[in-house]
Amino acid sequence: MGPQATGVRGSTRAAIAAPHLRKDRWWLAPAVTVLGLLAFVVYSTWRAFAGADYYHAPYVSPFYSPCLADNCATMKGGPNWGLFGQWWGLSPALLILVFPLGFRLTCYYYRKAYYRGFWASPPACAVAEPHKTYTGETRFPLILQNIHRYFFYAALLVAVVLTWDTLLGFRDAEYAWGHMGLGTLVFLVNIVLIWAYTLSCHSCRHIVGGRLRHFSKHPVRYRMWGWVGKLNERHMLLAWASLISVALADFYVYLLATGAFTDPRFF
Amino acid sequence: MAHVERHQWDVVIIGAGGAGLRAAIEARERGLRTAVICKSLFGKAHTVMAEGGIAASMGNVNDGDNWQVHFRDTMRGGKFLNQWRMAELHAREAPDRVWELETWGALFDRTKDGRISQRNFGGHEYPRLAHVGDRTGLELIRTLQQKVVSLQQEDFNESGDYEARIKVFQECTVTRILKEDGDGGDDGARVSGAFCYERESGRFFVLEAPAVVLATGGIGKSFKVTSNSWEYTGDGHALALLAGASLINMEFVQFHPTGMVWPPSVKGILVTESVRGDGGVLRNSEGKRFMFDYVPDVFKEKYAESEQEADGWYEDPDTNRRPPELLPRDEVARAINAEVKAGRGSPHGGVFLDVSTRMPAETIKRRLPSMHHQFRELADVDITAEPMEVGPTCHYVMGGVDVDSDTAAARGVPGLFAAGEVAGGMHGSNRLGGNSLSDLLVFGRRAGLHAAEYARACAHERPAAGAEQVDAAAAEALRPFGEAQEPGAAGASGATDASGASRGGGRPAENPYAVHQELQQSMNELVGIIRREEEMSEALERLGDLRERAGRATVEGHRQFNPGWHLALDLRNMLLVSECVARAALNRTESRGGHTRDDYPEMDREWRRANLVCALKAAAEGRGERAERISLRRREMPPIRKDLLELFEKEELIKYLTDEELTSE
Amino acid sequence: MTTAPDTTSYDAHFKVWRGDVDGGGLEDFTVEVNEGEVVLDIIHRLQATQAPDLAVRWNCKAGKCGSCSAEINGRPRLLCMTRMSVFDRAETVTVTPLRAFPVVRDLVTDVGFNYQKAREVPAFVPPQELAPGEYRMQQEDVGRSQEFRKCIECFLCQDTCHVVRDHEENKTAFAGPRFLMRVAELDMHPLDAADRQGLDRRSTAQDEHGLGYCNITKCCTEVCPESIRITDNALIPLKERAADRKYDPLVWLGDKIRRRRG
Repeated sequence: MGPQATGVRGSTRAAIAAPHLRKDRWWLAPAVTVLGLLAFVVYSTWRAFAGADYYHAPYVSPFYSPCLADNCATMKGGPNWGLFGQWWGLSPALLILVFPLGFRLTCYYYRKAYYRGFWASPPACAVAEPHKTYTGETRFPLILQNIHRYFFYAALLVAVVLTWDTLLGFRDAEYAWGHMGLGTLVFLVNIVLIWAYTLSCHSCRHIVGGRLRHFSKHPVRYRMWGWVGKLNERHMLLAWASLISVALADFYVYLLATGAFTDPRFF
Repeated sequence: MAHVERHQWDVVIIGAGGAGLRAAIEARERGLRTAVICKSLFGKAHTVMAEGGIAASMGNVNDGDNWQVHFRDTMRGGKFLNQWRMAELHAREAPDRVWELETWGALFDRTKDGRISQRNFGGHEYPRLAHVGDRTGLELIRTLQQKVVSLQQEDFNESGDYEARIKVFQECTVTRILKEDGDGGDDGARVSGAFCYERESGRFFVLEAPAVVLATGGIGKSFKVTSNSWEYTGDGHALALLAGASLINMEFVQFHPTGMVWPPSVKGILVTESVRGDGGVLRNSEGKRFMFDYVPDVFKEKYAESEQEADGWYEDPDTNRRPPELLPRDEVARAINAEVKAGRGSPHGGVFLDVSTRMPAETIKRRLPSMHHQFRELADVDITAEPMEVGPTCHYVMGGVDVDSDTAAARGVPGLFAAGEVAGGMHGSNRLGGNSLSDLLVFGRRAGLHAAEYARACAHERPAAGAEQVDAAAAEALRPFGEAQEPGAAGASGATDASGASRGGGRPAENPYAVHQELQQSMNELVGIIRREEEMSEALERLGDLRERAGRATVEGHRQFNPGWHLALDLRNMLLVSECVARAALNRTESRGGHTRDDYPEMDREWRRANLVCALKAAAEGRGERAERISLRRREMPPIRKDLLELFEKEELIKYLTDEELTSE
Repeated sequence: MTTAPDTTSYDAHFKVWRGDVDGGGLEDFTVEVNEGEVVLDIIHRLQATQAPDLAVRWNCKAGKCGSCSAEINGRPRLLCMTRMSVFDRAETVTVTPLRAFPVVRDLVTDVGFNYQKAREVPAFVPPQELAPGEYRMQQEDVGRSQEFRKCIECFLCQDTCHVVRDHEENKTAFAGPRFLMRVAELDMHPLDAADRQGLDRRSTAQDEHGLGYCNITKCCTEVCPESIRITDNALIPLKERAADRKYDPLVWLGDKIRRRRG
């Protein structure tokens, strides 16, 4: 231990050389987190840059919705509005994914997950972190985590669009209403999870009622705060479930679009 | 003798529980420089264990409540042995003491109209206990702690020093009250401070002050099975005795009928009365609900005779009588004791308290969340699936320092004050649940107030503590390290050699832990919940032996945070207090409240007027360590003021007061 | 009182850190364990039989006072609330003092940091216009602060928080979870009048108590023996409240307009 030793090996602390004395498999949780997030990053990067195989009537991949460039596939009644015109040459997913990505990146749960998993800050509770200094979220860029609520507003809009997409899924390939296939079900599950995750957000909980001092003067918001609170307790679970479901929904469309799979129709 | 640091304060408060902190706040708000000294960390005092609530007749739930009703309940609970003036002040002032807590940030549970909610409790006629779930004591201690901090913040803003006018010396112990040097005689000499040591370093220091407030709590650690923490070694009781003050009512020790008995780690921890109130039943090893066999004649009309009737009471209390499990605490404790002695106890020496067969699991979890949590976490017992094992546990001492009712000043020692459990008289022979927290606040404030006034009056002529007393106190505190040893404050080690034979004329050294265990065993078995003359005489014999052995208790190591040493010093206090309990209990030939004599099972009206007063025998040293150190005398109580007596029906008073007392007016 | 049947007793291996600020190390002990005991019982048995001067802080022994905080097998725990039955009988149980605070002796550490931080949080400010006894608060309005007032101040959250555990230099700027929670408690108190004295608890949480250091990795919540949801209910709401003040132009504008009107 050098003279500059700090933290648990500082000169005033109990003299224990080991950075931690945990005997359980404390590394398991951060390791699983890293693998899970990496898998999603790899998959979504491939799919987002592909710019193809994201539409198969009546389904549009959630990665590409709303689709805001002229180079989007034509989706009848679907969420393609050419706001960006012709100059956009890259995959249209990149225009929109920035919002859900920002929402999840600044999400209080994901922050915990990647601070622990990728930054090892800390790797697990009472396990010494490898960094010499630490300033947390007090400085740029991490101070920007405080803008989470704006991404929440954006995520609400995205969720509305995805809800519309799900409704469009009740058409058949000829755009006739009143039909349903396995894809509709996949989209339904996905949108429920997306909404649950979005509404369980800590910022949402704050905006809905948490910022009030007197709940008794706002009975309706107090109730809503209670409901959001119940969802919020499962924020981690919903974060993972919706992450997986959104990837699955996209993958389902990919399978249909490439013709690897045919959507079983219920009616 | 080495130099001992001295600090000057106006008021010194020993103990940082509810009473001590309330006293400190009062003294500081009166403008006096106040020091608080406590054995634990600031905010850890035993007050945190209180669950039920603070009794105060605010009338928030039932507006029929007022101080007179509270006074009446308190006197009945104490079987009229209470110092009536204390009971009166307590009942009158408790609401103000609760309300002011709110202005310091306390958050009690609320009624629908936003006021402080109040709950029912045994012996209280109306819902009266202000509470926060079942952690009222924690709320109380934290509120007072935070008020102290806020006063420190005020001082910091004024002077740049948080501790300019109120300082907490945490993890320090007082071993002696110092008095001004007289001509050898103690009589009437004023208090001049306290001799203390820092537990962390073992360093001695003196807090000089004209006024000292004792707020040290109780004595439960002299008993084997107790709900009290290690701090409850009767320090204040013993310090008062050693300073020349007296103790009264020491024979009255409250045993709570249901403490946990198993596993050992939780032995004595309280199982709240509401378990029985909500339908829990007591069974012996044969599965029998034995309480039906223990309903005394005087209660026969009020309690159910069959299980069917008892079970009906919970739903329909108008047509059914109460189950016998809800008899007063002393009756239930006696019954459990008898079942265990008859060999029908549970495997670990208690009886079974069962809710699992009485209510659905969900109901138990909803109604008794803390008990469910307590048993699951501490005992690995799921009370929704299996019965609890319970037995009586030493809970509270009604006896304490003989004080003036209005000022909390200890009689006979100018400058010494006492408040809270360490003060005697307020609760008579038996304390009602909820009355302890209000007691702390009412008399803590009074002690702080009058200590401040007294100290202010002494400002021009502060009593001084001579070096001789300080040296004697230091020598006494060092004795467990062995003769002629003077280990340094830090670092000096190995006071005794390995053989352990150090003093006492070559007789072997004693392990303080062993002496303590035997003391606890003796008090529990011989001066416990049921008392007999022969057993108490034997207890006094054993106490003599233990005194002698405690004199030979030696410890290893050095003075830095040495628990063996701390215990060796606490033994003196526990032995003094235990002797008071045993002597007074032997003398009082009746049964009343927290004092039950097998050989005198009835309450005796003649005894109602009498306080037994314990004092230290003069010059006990000359007669060896085995000799008794406590003298006991009987003292008449002052008659109860007429307007207060008129709050009771004549028929009720006849049960307690002698004919002579009743006709004297 | 009967004693425990012998069949349930066994000898356990313990490693207990002994020493002081000048140094020390783990010492091996073999000690009897009976059914139903907790780690604190074993430490007490060591004191009574093998190491009478083993220093340990404890008090209520029922998980209500928060004195006996230590680290067991590397995890911050209350000694009195850790049952021996959670360990394998052959397992060596390691007990060390809290590793975020200066050690005093053996299992006792100097927790003065926490008392210093407690002083730095401005106290409850009573509303001037209400006399004692006139306070009216609804249960739903006190519920949030009541959860935080369950805190027994065991300081396990302060101990496990990597902000100070791993970075001594942050101790001046960072109040720690317990005292940020105290700020939240006061900010959510229905009658706290701090704002009328010009004290904005939300901004000071960030400016003076180091809320920004918290990276919500939730170890405080994990170790809390009272199961207070420190991160979700206190720290994150406090971050959101600070964001209201400092990063939300809409809220900022709204407040400006309302203040001008009122």
